[in-house]
Amino acid sequence: MKRTGRGFWRLMMALALALSLGMDAAMAEYADVVLNSQAEAQGVRPVIYPHWFHRIRFRCKVCHNELGFQMKVGANNIDMNKILDGKFCGMCHNGDVAWGTEFCDRCHSGLPGLKTGIRGGSKSTGPGEY
Amino acid sequence: MKLMKRLMAGTVAGVLLATLYVSATRAADAPAPAPAAGVNTFNRLMKPKSERNPPPMQDGIHDPSNEGTGLLQPPKEAFKELPEISSGNYVDWVQALGKQLIKPRYDRKNPNEEPVVLDLDIVREVKGTMPDVVYPHDRHTMWLDCSNCHPDIFIPEKGKNQISMAMILMGQKCGVCHGKVAFPVAECRKCHSKKKDGSGGGKPAAQAEPAKKPAK
Repeated sequence: MKRTGRGFWRLMMALALALSLGMDAAMAEYADVVLNSQAEAQGVRPVIYPHWFHRIRFRCKVCHNELGFQMKVGANNIDMNKILDGKFCGMCHNGDVAWGTEFCDRCHSGLPGLKTGIRGGSKSTGPGEY
Repeated sequence: MKLMKRLMAGTVAGVLLATLYVSATRAADAPAPAPAAGVNTFNRLMKPKSERNPPPMQDGIHDPSNEGTGLLQPPKEAFKELPEISSGNYVDWVQALGKQLIKPRYDRKNPNEEPVVLDLDIVREVKGTMPDVVYPHDRHTMWLDCSNCHPDIFIPEKGKNQISMAMILMGQKCGVCHGKVAFPVAECRKCHSKKKDGSGGGKPAAQAEPAKKPAK
């Protein structure tokens, strides 16, 4: 009896985990980008970049041309040194155009364990991509 | 001996038949599963409006235990006044810009810099029964610089670019933005907008920017 009970709970846990993982992908705002190639390895939360918030204030061209962001997740090797040197995010997040780098937790706000990638797209949560 | 074998085989067959019969009748007797309540509301791919654009604290990727998360603006608050569409952010960004409901800068520092808008429509005839694609340069140059697309994504020459929906779904060509940041491919008619018999107006249905359309 005890054994079957444990098995049952394990199954339920697995189901809950699968469900929550599925919801992750489905719930994030369309085009939110998770940056975690270095963040967690360095001991901070992953960065969540909200496209929607930025496109209300800037046209795509400002970041994807002036600031040199490649339009591909993972193609921009960004680290805090570059930002502090005024590159990438640091072109604006310097206390001049936008708030500066002292507010770590406004950007480093992602759940631990998130994978780098663009979220909330038209992908289904099933085994197929679309 | 033979008789015994026959008897054995007979009993075995009999028992098998009996079990089959019993299980068959049981299946027939069992009540049909009751229909689930609200079947039409259960569709993981079609969220109800109330669940769209969740605030950072509940969106499943922000850490609610992080102090800064509570400071971030919830998308719904920003989208309140903006025109809706049925996918993506559920915001028609092109129309929002055309109606000047948002005023995104074209330059990092200079809020008054105006975009260089190219008013040129490209018609791409498609093979299937879908309407032909009209690509409006004006809507794109409102947001982007020429060099964002040319020549890396699209060679700026007629007939030099092979595009298919498969490529777009894989994130190439139009799919570099559409399906990730710009409206997703679910909005078929925004691109496939020119009827094959020539009666279609050509311009996608959004009629976003104020006036100045080219004479077709």
